[in-house]
Amino acid sequence: MAETIALPQLGFDMREGTLINWVKQVGDTIKSGDVLAEIEADKATIEIPSPADGVLLTTLVNAGDVVAVGAPIATIGAAGEGAGAKAAPAAAKAVAAVSVPAESAATIAPIAAPTNGTSTPPAQNGDLSDLPDGLRASPIARRIAEERGIDLHQVAGTGPNGRINKADVESFVPSSIAPAPVAATPITSSASRASMPAPSGPGIEEIPVSKLRARIATRMVESKTTVPHFYVTTEIDMAAALALRKQINEGLDEAHKVSVNDLVIKATALTLRNFPNLNSHYYGDKIIRYTQINIGIAVALDGGGLMNVVAKDADRTAISVLAARNKEMIASARVGKVKPADVEGSTFTVSNLGAYEVEHFIAIINPPEAGILAIGSAQQVPVVINGEVKIGTRMKVTISVDHRVSDGAEGAQFLQAFKKLLENPMRLLI
Amino acid sequence: MADKKISMREALRAALHEEMVRDDRVFVMGEEVGRWDGTHKVTRGFFEEFGERRVIDTPISEMAIAGSAVGAAMAGLRPVAELMTINFAFLALDAIVNHAAMQHYMFNGKMTVPVVFRAASGWGNQATASHSHTPEPIFAHFPGFYVACPSNAYDAKGMLKAAIRDENPVLFTESIALYPKPGSVPDDPDFLLPIGKSDYKRRGNDVTIVAYARGVDWALEAAGMLEKEGIQAEIVDLRWLRPLDLDLVFESFKKTNRCVIVEESLPHFNVGSEIAAQIQEHLFDYMDAPIKRVSALDVPLPFAKEIELMALPDAHKVVAAVKEVLK
Repeated sequence: MAETIALPQLGFDMREGTLINWVKQVGDTIKSGDVLAEIEADKATIEIPSPADGVLLTTLVNAGDVVAVGAPIATIGAAGEGAGAKAAPAAAKAVAAVSVPAESAATIAPIAAPTNGTSTPPAQNGDLSDLPDGLRASPIARRIAEERGIDLHQVAGTGPNGRINKADVESFVPSSIAPAPVAATPITSSASRASMPAPSGPGIEEIPVSKLRARIATRMVESKTTVPHFYVTTEIDMAAALALRKQINEGLDEAHKVSVNDLVIKATALTLRNFPNLNSHYYGDKIIRYTQINIGIAVALDGGGLMNVVAKDADRTAISVLAARNKEMIASARVGKVKPADVEGSTFTVSNLGAYEVEHFIAIINPPEAGILAIGSAQQVPVVINGEVKIGTRMKVTISVDHRVSDGAEGAQFLQAFKKLLENPMRLLI
Repeated sequence: MADKKISMREALRAALHEEMVRDDRVFVMGEEVGRWDGTHKVTRGFFEEFGERRVIDTPISEMAIAGSAVGAAMAGLRPVAELMTINFAFLALDAIVNHAAMQHYMFNGKMTVPVVFRAASGWGNQATASHSHTPEPIFAHFPGFYVACPSNAYDAKGMLKAAIRDENPVLFTESIALYPKPGSVPDDPDFLLPIGKSDYKRRGNDVTIVAYARGVDWALEAAGMLEKEGIQAEIVDLRWLRPLDLDLVFESFKKTNRCVIVEESLPHFNVGSEIAAQIQEHLFDYMDAPIKRVSALDVPLPFAKEIELMALPDAHKVVAAVKEVLK
């Protein structure tokens, strides 16, 4: 029986991808895991692995096609087999955004925000960049929205090509009243500035905003405008951890050498075991806690921008294995190529600028996650021990927490436990 | 005084008759208006009743008809000149536009030109491309000149009487298809409808249909079909293209935010173009959908009946347009 391959959801906010090219051709023999095609998603070029062995029977989309998540893209089966009835043309646009109900929180896999009536705008068709505020809305819809202080980006348009009309605005319930799925509510970046003419002339270079840049802009505006952050900072004595790292690495080959970041990831994951409330996603009317602990690692890309790769089951993975995996994922992310599995399912994120001689910084939460940990550099500083000034090694870390999910005390307790773990690092190896 | 159910043809005849009885300066002239009772029989019996001094059969020359009517009006009479069909008015454009419409201004108000040109208009009987025009928008282009486009017997009577009594030149267009259409009409000899006032022909909250002349019939028929689907159309009958009264159009559009304009004319530079432009100029912030126009297709009208009808508006096209703007 031929199997239909659908475009996987590579990250909870992905809705569509553009097929760059087919790596395999119709008739090619495929082994499970072979890269079938390359897709350009919001954040990067992603390789689509085959989920099955067989022969590539048909391809249902062409290079350049924009494909909705869940839409069939190819069929795989035995040689000579027909494509099978299941293979629907891509034009059918079968959008299979799978929502994660609370009871299935034990397994994460592809995470999609639950849809919620009017608060999930359907995509407006076509290029909207020329339209005022980057959206399609009737003049009266715009006027009513302005009068009532409604952000049209939050309103679902039911008119032709997704145009927002008067009825859509009048029936709109603001997300502060109806719980809105945070991750599914795109806010176009700098909406107010989009309508202002950009300066031009000599001495001015115009850089088009890349897809990744636009995505980051949208996500960060969304986070800073809808997620009430609070921040807690502590300082950690890293002497023992650095000594342990040195000891570990002495016996390891290059591929398995452990970085400070790996220790931090491991410590974060182990600490989260005791703070399930922080290992969660916020969905307006419910908080989804995960038993699996997957740490998102913010990676700066060579071409600019950043993306998260995910250290799966970081609390249960041996440090050397964790380190090897992280190294590989980070390296491919830096050049803009990731596997779907490497970017899905983050439950909590760590952003580490320690390599840049940073004393301290605070990070913006990646919705719908409940928190993010910002790691500064481990620096030699004067410390007072038993009344004497000595040279110590200290690292400042700051946790940003979504106040809708948790409160200051829990953030502080998390840092306390995290600090204790890194200052007594042997437990990271157990 | 009572209302009588009569055809639009009879209503026009009654209006003319009453005004000729009321004011002996009023006279009719045109091709076959006397001994033949008029091509459209609007002046039936006039020749016998009023005689050849007030019911003048003219040569077949629209230039001569229009020119002498303008002169008579300037000299103090109140001519009602019949142009057999509006297609022939093109021959008389100079007299109509350069003389009738402009004299009052060019002579600093020293004279008025109280002429009425009656012209039968419209298509429908395989009269082909050159004899099926509905060029009302062309005439509405010029200042100094009124253009009347009644949609029914009641309006036709009140509007024609007002036109004859007015000091300004008027082109009074009569849709040929509406001549036999019956309607309830007052027999009050002083029944007048104000010049330049539009009228609601149906009330509704969902979409504004702007129409005039025969377009009103299609709009009403369409509204009946739409009602079965729960759509309540509001219909504004412009009645006059000049002076153009947009008060009701604007009032209605502020409520419905959506508009379809229905007319018998061609699509380029027509009444719909003007209404749509005025709405977006004045009511941009009330617009909820693009405005749509239903008109004839942009082609010389074909002869063959089937394709003639395909090229022309009807109620089904109005329904489709309304559904389009309600998407």
